[in-house]
Amino acid sequence: MAVKVRIPTPLQRLTEGKAEVEGKPGKIIDLINDLDSRYPGLAERVSENGKIRRFVNIYVNEEDIRFLDGENTEVKDGDEVSIVPAIAGGRGI
Amino acid sequence: MGFVSGLKCRECGREYAVEPIYVCEFCFGPLEVVYDYQRIKKAISKKRIENRDENLWRYKELLPIDGEPQAGLYSGFTPLVKANNLAKELGVKELYIKDDTVAHPTFSFKDRVVAVALTKAKEFGFDTVACASTGNLAHSVSAQGAKAGFDRFIFIPASLEPSKIVSSQIFVPNLIAVDGNYDDVNRLCSEIANKYRWAFVNINIRPFYAEGSKTIGFEIAEQLGWKAPDNVVVPCASGSLLTKIWKAFKELKEVGILKEARTRVFAAQALGCNPIATAIKNDTDVIRPVKPDTIAKSLAIGNPADGYYAYKAVKESGGYGEDVTDEEIVEGMKMLARTEGIFAETAGGVTVAVTRKLIEQGYIGKNEVTVICVTGNGLKTKEALDGRMHEPKYIKPTLDSFEEVLQEIRKNQ
Repeated sequence: MAVKVRIPTPLQRLTEGKAEVEGKPGKIIDLINDLDSRYPGLAERVSENGKIRRFVNIYVNEEDIRFLDGENTEVKDGDEVSIVPAIAGGRGI
Repeated sequence: MGFVSGLKCRECGREYAVEPIYVCEFCFGPLEVVYDYQRIKKAISKKRIENRDENLWRYKELLPIDGEPQAGLYSGFTPLVKANNLAKELGVKELYIKDDTVAHPTFSFKDRVVAVALTKAKEFGFDTVACASTGNLAHSVSAQGAKAGFDRFIFIPASLEPSKIVSSQIFVPNLIAVDGNYDDVNRLCSEIANKYRWAFVNINIRPFYAEGSKTIGFEIAEQLGWKAPDNVVVPCASGSLLTKIWKAFKELKEVGILKEARTRVFAAQALGCNPIATAIKNDTDVIRPVKPDTIAKSLAIGNPADGYYAYKAVKESGGYGEDVTDEEIVEGMKMLARTEGIFAETAGGVTVAVTRKLIEQGYIGKNEVTVICVTGNGLKTKEALDGRMHEPKYIKPTLDSFEEVLQEIRKNQ
């Protein structure tokens, strides 16, 4: 059993069209860099200088990693990671 | 010919041509309009602006259109009211209300952004405009879209009270009531925007639409005699308005119209929806989403799209952020009405009440020039005042009955 990683549509071009791939347990940032070795180009779309990009949200089991331990959040086998672009939109003032 | 050179990602700086797009395809950051300020500098002057009609298009060189305005021809240039009575009550010397309660044609500042969005939609060749909204934006797109000859799709949550949709319905748009909450409606609209070639004013037209908010800042500076104020207090929902007002002062300096632009920008929110004010107070640029619970519905965005940029503008300008309770909001609405004769929507109550707090706390100085942005009309949010108003005096149709009540009134004064 590995970590399940959900890939958003705009990034599926990099994952051979797969909406879900397997990731390595450990720190989120290491998981992203490991995915990059199999799916080149993924890391730079999602992160910059070891930091997750501002308009990319990463959830571990539905919780935003910004409210866990950020890039250093640990994930283990069986956890679910979702990469979700925050599409700037919204309403109001 | 306009003065826009392209679009640019605010995060990674990648450049794009002028198209109805809004998000960087590389890093997912928001796109912003880029102007050629050198050319604008040569094209405008205070005098040239002053000689134009009193609407928001008098600043057209600093708005993202290529040709002539095609919508909102009577929008903008609302009064900057010198608020002497309110100033006295709050204990400051010079206070102004930027009064968008009388914005044309639908009584909120949304008429500004929609004027720009619809002109741009015409330039892009769209025949249909759309938005997801529960209030002011829906009213403005419905009305201005009618006048400009667009087919209109307005998406609302099905649970919305009928009283709130009359101000859209009267303009006979295609009104789509979605079985879901506001977030569901927004998500659906993003999908529809991908599939249909429609101008969603706050989705694929957003980079252009948002620029319309700058006209509040331009007008404030002009109405103060071409000076930027010391302080401006701005209500925050997505945070876009605040960033654009700040940008307006900086742009006027950039093109040589203002000598100085040192305005401190203050964010006003309701306690029941305060993600931006909280980030400012805690001095962190991570905006923690909240579940909104406030009578200030037009400000109830729990996960503000421009929250980070609003935080940055406030910090860079030396301003601050505050939040107020529902009771303080109503008190703010009443105070503004009682002192200045202006009936603002709940968001205006937020701004007035926050200003009061900022003055009490010393963030706003007593001898400084302060402008409060009041962005919508109170007749739109009457229900927020239900049970919170004083009762009329009921009398019989006789002079005796009246004089009895009059005596009572005089005694209580």
